Amino acid sequence: MRHRKRCSGFALTVTLILPLVGLSIAQSSDGNSLPPNSVYHLQVAVEDQFGEVTGLDRYKGHPVLVTMFYTSCPHVCPMLISTIRLTESKLSIEERAELRVLTISIDPEHDTPEKMRETMERHSVEASRWSMVRSEPDDLRTIAGVLGVRYKQLPDGEFNHTTRIILLNRDGTQVASTEQLGRHDAAFLEAIKTILH
Amino acid sequence: MRIFIGLIAVVSLSGGFSKYSIANEYVKIPAGEFRSVIPEVDGDNLVAVAEFLVQEAPVTNAEFLRFVLHHPEWQRGRAVSLFVDDQYLSTWASPISLGPHSGPQQPVMQVSWFAANAYCEWQDARLPSWYEWEYIAAANDSMADARALPEWRQEILSWYSQLGGDQIVDVRSSPANYYRIFDTHGLIWEWVDDFNAFLVTGDNREQGGADQLQFCGAGAITMQEKENYAVLMRVAMLSALEARYTTRNLGFRCARQNEIKQ
Repeated sequence: MRHRKRCSGFALTVTLILPLVGLSIAQSSDGNSLPPNSVYHLQVAVEDQFGEVTGLDRYKGHPVLVTMFYTSCPHVCPMLISTIRLTESKLSIEERAELRVLTISIDPEHDTPEKMRETMERHSVEASRWSMVRSEPDDLRTIAGVLGVRYKQLPDGEFNHTTRIILLNRDGTQVASTEQLGRHDAAFLEAIKTILH
Repeated sequence: MRIFIGLIAVVSLSGGFSKYSIANEYVKIPAGEFRSVIPEVDGDNLVAVAEFLVQEAPVTNAEFLRFVLHHPEWQRGRAVSLFVDDQYLSTWASPISLGPHSGPQQPVMQVSWFAANAYCEWQDARLPSWYEWEYIAAANDSMADARALPEWRQEILSWYSQLGGDQIVDVRSSPANYYRIFDTHGLIWEWVDDFNAFLVTGDNREQGGADQLQFCGAGAITMQEKENYAVLMRVAMLSALEARYTTRNLGFRCARQNEIKQ
């Protein structure tokens, strides 16, 4: 599969170099074992806050909460993290241990592993269950497309984006989502518990 | 090479010999500034577009058939439902033939954003951005930006009132515009790369509350130039789509930043 730089100026400004390459909408080779609407059909490389590179399916086999934001987002993005933590707090310790959280940067040019790690540490998340990752900028629209997230970069470097939290089941199929912030969404919590049991 | 000849044969057999060989050229569009209906920041709707290349016409059924023959994973029935809905290429007679309802020179429709993107990647290209599309679509046959002309607006609007009928004609049936681009209006809707950048909230920015909280960053985007109804209809339509959706009358063309050395 070929890889292509969509924006020629990008290579000069970004240091992210991922060893995995592919057509950004490549369909995975083990696709036969996945449900047809699994997000894990999308083969993209992501780099986490420790610099480790994996596929989007790094938490395959677990229920996963996925959301997209960027580290320098001033107001609403911290609320995304606290909303997820609030939702988690409604689970038992055993249930929580099974759940994973994947936050994906919409600003991969600036969200270095160091910045992502700093953000994760500032919010005292469990690094064994939570990760923040960034993709190649070229892959970002595709990831957002799969997750139903809308975003737009503004001239001042900020972003507008929808604050969507998505629940993936163990196979990577989206089973629920919420856009409620600052409080837990009862139906969403119920969907999480359904997968856990 | 043998595969290539075989593909031509397949495409030719599917109907329409005469026009098949028309290449969908990439036309160079000069850099410029224009006033967008979707301003980047409130109060300043002047947008700069860098030089780029864009296909002169929407991608046709014949062109898309070549693609799925090269990439079987994008054939109807094989493409996974993460990337296409169940109406994907539904007007074609089979996954690898066009049939009577899809002329080879008609624009391909019922394609998802993912499929359009994959096609453009196969072309070493990408989808145009919204601003690029809006920029080339502002032209009539003699002016780069004819949007202030009442008769031009009227002409576009009358086209849109016909859209959705059964009569989809071949690409390039109408005259090219100022940039030598065909069919920006009057034939189909088109995907753009950043279709999911629209965070349209309508007119009321003062609404606050729950809706505002859906957006992180510097507030939501409002639409300007409200007299450009036809283009705003496109924005409204694109903003309602998800990337796996396919609809009748929705196709695409590809763009490139730079010329490719053959």
